[in-house]
Amino acid sequence: MVSRLKKFYMNDKIIVPVIAVVVSLFIAAIVMLLIGKNPFIAYGALIYGAFGTEGALINNIMKATPLILTGLAVGFGFRAGLFNIGANGQLIIGALLATYVGAHMSTFPFYLSIPLTLAVGMVGGALWAAIAGWLKVARGAHEVITTIMLNYVAVFIANFVVNGPFQAPGGVPKSPEIAYSARFPDLLTTGATWLSAGIFVALAAVAVVYVIIEKTKTGYEVKAVGLNPYAAEYGGISISKNTILAMAISGALAGLAGTMQVMGVYYRYLGSLGGGMGFDGITIALIGQNDPIGIAFAAFLISSIRTGSNQMQIAGVSKNIVIIIQGIIIFLVAANRLVKSLMFWKKGAEEA
Amino acid sequence: MVGEIFPYLFVFERMVFVEKGKKDYSDYAVVMEQIVKKFPGVLANDHVDLFVKRGEIHALVGENGAGKTTLMSQLYGLINPNSGKIYINGVETKIKNPNDAITAKIGMVHQHFMLVDRLSVVENVVLGMEPSRGPFFAIDKARDQIKKLSKRFGLYVEPNAIIEDLPVGSQQRVEIIKVLYRGAEILVLDEPTAVLTPQETEELFKILRTLKSQGKTIIFITHKLHEIMAVTDSVTVMRLGKVTGIVKTSETNSRELARMMVGRDVLLRVEKDKAKVGTEIFKVEDLHVKENRGIEAVKGVNLSVRRGEIVGVAGVAGNGQTELVEAITGLRKVEEGHVIFKKTNITNISPKRRREMGMGHIPEDRLKHGLVTSFPLYYNFILGRHDSPQFCDGSFLKMPEIKRSSEELVKRFDVRPPSIDILGANLSGGNQQKVIIAREFSFNPDFMAVAQPTRGLDIGAIEFIHKTIISMRDKGVGILLVSMELEEIFSLSDRILVMYEGQIMGEVTPDATSTEEIGLMMAGHRLEDLRAQEA
Ligand SMILES: Nc1ncnc2c1ncn2[C@@H]1O[C@H](COP(=O)(O)OP(=O)(O)OP(=O)(O)O)[C@@H](O)[C@H]1O
Ligand SMILES: [Mg+2]
Repeated sequence: MVSRLKKFYMNDKIIVPVIAVVVSLFIAAIVMLLIGKNPFIAYGALIYGAFGTEGALINNIMKATPLILTGLAVGFGFRAGLFNIGANGQLIIGALLATYVGAHMSTFPFYLSIPLTLAVGMVGGALWAAIAGWLKVARGAHEVITTIMLNYVAVFIANFVVNGPFQAPGGVPKSPEIAYSARFPDLLTTGATWLSAGIFVALAAVAVVYVIIEKTKTGYEVKAVGLNPYAAEYGGISISKNTILAMAISGALAGLAGTMQVMGVYYRYLGSLGGGMGFDGITIALIGQNDPIGIAFAAFLISSIRTGSNQMQIAGVSKNIVIIIQGIIIFLVAANRLVKSLMFWKKGAEEA
Repeated sequence: MVGEIFPYLFVFERMVFVEKGKKDYSDYAVVMEQIVKKFPGVLANDHVDLFVKRGEIHALVGENGAGKTTLMSQLYGLINPNSGKIYINGVETKIKNPNDAITAKIGMVHQHFMLVDRLSVVENVVLGMEPSRGPFFAIDKARDQIKKLSKRFGLYVEPNAIIEDLPVGSQQRVEIIKVLYRGAEILVLDEPTAVLTPQETEELFKILRTLKSQGKTIIFITHKLHEIMAVTDSVTVMRLGKVTGIVKTSETNSRELARMMVGRDVLLRVEKDKAKVGTEIFKVEDLHVKENRGIEAVKGVNLSVRRGEIVGVAGVAGNGQTELVEAITGLRKVEEGHVIFKKTNITNISPKRRREMGMGHIPEDRLKHGLVTSFPLYYNFILGRHDSPQFCDGSFLKMPEIKRSSEELVKRFDVRPPSIDILGANLSGGNQQKVIIAREFSFNPDFMAVAQPTRGLDIGAIEFIHKTIISMRDKGVGILLVSMELEEIFSLSDRILVMYEGQIMGEVTPDATSTEEIGLMMAGHRLEDLRAQEA
């Protein structure tokens, strides 16, 4: 029992991010001291702002929902050896298509329109990402380049669409609202904030991605291609098929993130709906070590410090401190060897 | 018997030092004392002592997974021991990382080369220690130094050649020059001959003797008995993490060494019955294949394999064998000609379909093609059959069955350590090879392309693999065996083809030919010319 516990905690996948978080909070505290602020007050406010009230908690969860999904999107890509920087673009296309379909759902009952809108959003993201996958397979174009370029294309398409063919009355660049039947039900409302059922979709996605990666043939093939394409090919695993498939799954998750914003938060397409969540996905996948469950925790971590940062600002400490914290976490997770060598008790049990 | 008593004498001699408490190790270039190294679940080095006299060539031998590479990685500072001491030239030295090792004038040539393929010889050699003139890289200085080293030790390489264009033997010379350039007095060579042709090995031995005559100390890991006898002065034998014998080469022989390594008598040549040959199962016709740089490597090869026979392809490395096997197994494009398996033209079908039709493949490069090193063994054991009904019910993997069959293979093929959860990368080289062989045989193929099946394996494992290949043959599997080891070709094959510059020089049977005749064919003489000359 003890040895099993020990094994669990000694696992690099868990211990590296945990140490990274602790160290970053510590360093940020020093920074606060240097600028003459009290870190205890600041962190107290941060925690209060993230968890202290019902409203805070709801905000926190609403922020985490799309971050879980973009984190999964990027993390799944990584497992296949693909660096999907285009989650933003996939998110936009997914959200846009979901909005379009959702806006035409008023005559459908919710049990049809919700799954349909979800599915369309995912397919949109999947197809957008599959373009990059196909370009890689057919033309050898690196996905980092193509997904970045597709991000721009997606932004321009969306801007065009909500400024013309699919614009809400009133001349502002936003789409009409989606039908009520295509909106996620609210689970809780406090003041102006509400908790949508989207979080359950995100958590379900965590479970599904976990099962795909660990238990299915697809997961096996995708991992093999990511870890050693030569051996995969030798083992009869098609690199082309799995590259496109992995990009599509990754894109579907990003598309789902955008759909979540449409169906649970804004009820329409807005240019700003994606924000930088696609890029946050990279951070989150990194902190979560590309593990679905780790990613869920990492997304909550990021959403918590962001939600709490407002309260910190009110307490008189600049909210930019959280950017420092986040930066240090990423640095330490990326430089994981540094963290491992900090762990004196792991000496000797190291890898060759 | 000498070998059995001798180690204890040796050890006794040392215990005297220890008891007197003054440990005079000044005659020894390297002393590793009571080294312990644990990996999760494995005691890789269990109180190992290694004594290497200054100026000798010392063989470090033992079964796959005995802990040789682990021991040397500690001497070179790649990993650190849990306990134990290292003395260099009699002085206790802490070696925490390769920089410490370089400072202590230790150099290591790894089992798998660590060169930058796209850089030139000079650039690789000076990497990290570039000579400069002001702020600039003084490549001419570097070139001069390398030329001097080459000349002094008889290591001939063209300084401006790009690594990827060089044959393996030359790449290895670059590794050695690199080590000497850093001022090494003690050289560790981890299985340097595993990838060399016999000619290249001979050249390497010449170099080793030159190095020795100039006072360098060499630790040499190998599995080949005749190599130990040919160049070394003394031998340390390891088994299961412990030292089981220390002998002077002049006072032992191959048989005794074999027994010390494996703990029993080993058949140095397998016995087999005459092949019961069946119908033709595999054929290639006028096959043309290009190598990576676009030059034709296989130039019109014809061959056929029948059920129940082993067809050996002999030849010096780099004469198109690699490309031939890759084309047969679907990993390389066929430019011209046909590959026919079970009467079906499979020239352009995917590796997956070939596997489904019953083709197996033991690849030459085990780390590149054979394993996903970051996968645990149970995943590696299903590579290629992960979607067969045995392991997969359509979309989900049958984990219990995968683990059960992996456990069975680990046991049957004596993979060490016997754990299916260990990552492919953490197995010793020989055990990685066993995993691949176990997997391919367990898939029950009808035809199997086998390339360098025993490269890097210990003699016990070689015996086992050879027996396995023969028993497959006797079950009616057709086998195409490509090997650089003439001995292996001779002892396994029912028919032998010799390949030279992408062409088949002739076909012979092992009992109707000689090593000389094969050697001549390997050098580019056609069989019909040779036989005509004789007549
Ligand atoms: N990083 C590691 N983690 C876990 N186990 C390891 C690691 N490296 C080596 N081992 C284990 O330690 C043992 C010794 O391995 P080592 O590579 O030293 O063997 P070797 O004598 O060089 O064998 P070979 O002749 O096959 O190369 C093996 O059981 C191996 O599986
Ligand atoms: Mg080794």
